[in-house]
Amino acid sequence: MSWSPGEDQITVQRAPEPGAAGGTYRAFGETLRGLKTTFARVVEGVHTIQYPEQKVPVYPRFRGRHKLHRFEDTGLEKCVGCSLCAAACPSDCIRVVAAENTHEHRVSAGERYAAVYEINISRCIFCGYCEVACPFDAITMGHDFEMSDYNRSDLIFTKEMLLAEPIEATPLRNEGE
Amino acid sequence: MILANAGYFEPWWIQIIKSLLIFGVALGILPLIIVYERKLLGRFQGRYGPNRVGPFGLLQPLAEIIKFATKEDSRPVTSIGPLYLAAPVISILTAVAAFALVPFGDVTNIFGTRVGLYGVDPSIGPLYVFAFGAIAFYGLMLGGWASGSKYSFLGAMRAAAQLISYEVSQGLALIGVIITAGSLSLTAIVHGQGGMWYFIPQFVGFLVFTIASFAETNRSPFDLVEADAELVAGYFTEYGGTRMVAFLFAEYLNMMVVSGIAVTLFLGGWLLPFGIHPPTWVDPIIVLAKMMVFISFFIWIRATLPRLRYDQLMSFGWKILLPLATANTLVTAIIVVAVHK
Repeated sequence: MSWSPGEDQITVQRAPEPGAAGGTYRAFGETLRGLKTTFARVVEGVHTIQYPEQKVPVYPRFRGRHKLHRFEDTGLEKCVGCSLCAAACPSDCIRVVAAENTHEHRVSAGERYAAVYEINISRCIFCGYCEVACPFDAITMGHDFEMSDYNRSDLIFTKEMLLAEPIEATPLRNEGE
Repeated sequence: MILANAGYFEPWWIQIIKSLLIFGVALGILPLIIVYERKLLGRFQGRYGPNRVGPFGLLQPLAEIIKFATKEDSRPVTSIGPLYLAAPVISILTAVAAFALVPFGDVTNIFGTRVGLYGVDPSIGPLYVFAFGAIAFYGLMLGGWASGSKYSFLGAMRAAAQLISYEVSQGLALIGVIITAGSLSLTAIVHGQGGMWYFIPQFVGFLVFTIASFAETNRSPFDLVEADAELVAGYFTEYGGTRMVAFLFAEYLNMMVVSGIAVTLFLGGWLLPFGIHPPTWVDPIIVLAKMMVFISFFIWIRATLPRLRYDQLMSFGWKILLPLATANTLVTAIIVVAVHK
């Protein structure tokens, strides 16, 4: 028993098949249109951003390299070594070793301070959870994104490096710009 | 038996100086054309192209030549030694030999000696070009065959098919010009264009010749010989280092040759329109400028058109170009006979 296509009739509408001459004529016209399109790109100019010399400004909420902060008036570190950032970190790249502040040696405003504060940038995924977890706004995400280096060990940022101002300020653009 | 009158009238030392000069200019311009192509191609795509090496990226080809020259000189074990080595030599030799024909100017007096500003001016001009163009394909085919690789072989096979499908129409396209000028000498053809450049009365011939030139130089949209998406690099897939550079140089040199022939036959050679007669020393610059315009057109086409399929090129060559070129030749012949009767 042979298969029957049923009652439905399918009509396929095709564009007229161009012959050799008609096809060539049409291809020639389309070629000219294509030439116009590409030439318009020359007139339009270049869209390349010459990266190392010319940078795209980042938005204020761009999550770049972390920064540790000090109080502006006293100069004491905001970080109290509570390790909440290390606990929040999904990629486990923050290491905090806390120590007690003394009268002779006062580093932070709280009872304790971070004797060691290291972020392994090669593991960091720049999610910003550390910034959210911090009760004292001691750590925030900065705007720097040029952190590549030749050695893995150079990518472990110490407390001094995180406290220091970036060597070169990343260009910033305003929200909505 | 003399097959062709080469038209030598200069002393031998002038011919040596001339050939060295033309060779030097050609190989000196070549890297500039390569960087020019890449920069212009970049502009067509909204980017700069190479601009890091040297001022405006002009030293880019130099850096690449150093890179290629310092590469390991290797060849596949399946390759056929002597042919594998000979193929790039044939390619570049024929390209340089064909370049000798491009006239950069008329016979001029330089310090009291008559010097023709061209390599040779044989009485068989276009035939000489076609002869070397055909031999150049031996470079491609031997290269593809001797590599012992299937991609190379496919590229070589395509080169052979491409050769026969356009070379006939390219030759026929030139016959119109030759009939109109009544001479096979390229300088005489340029002199014949004093009143009107031949691309106006021979527009169809010019069109056919231009399209066939894209195939001759393996340029997009007819670069299926080295279709990099399917065949890696076609006939020179297995070549590396300086041998590959030789192939690339031959390709760009062929581009210059084809531009030079097109400028000579259709665009008035060293003549300028509107009755402007500059001093003789400007002539080579005019020819080079016209060649650059033609090469820019090559690049423009490359930036625009996608590659044709194998069978599309064949049917286009045989069904469109050949009838068009034949009709052009016939009509030209009839008109010339009717006018000169």
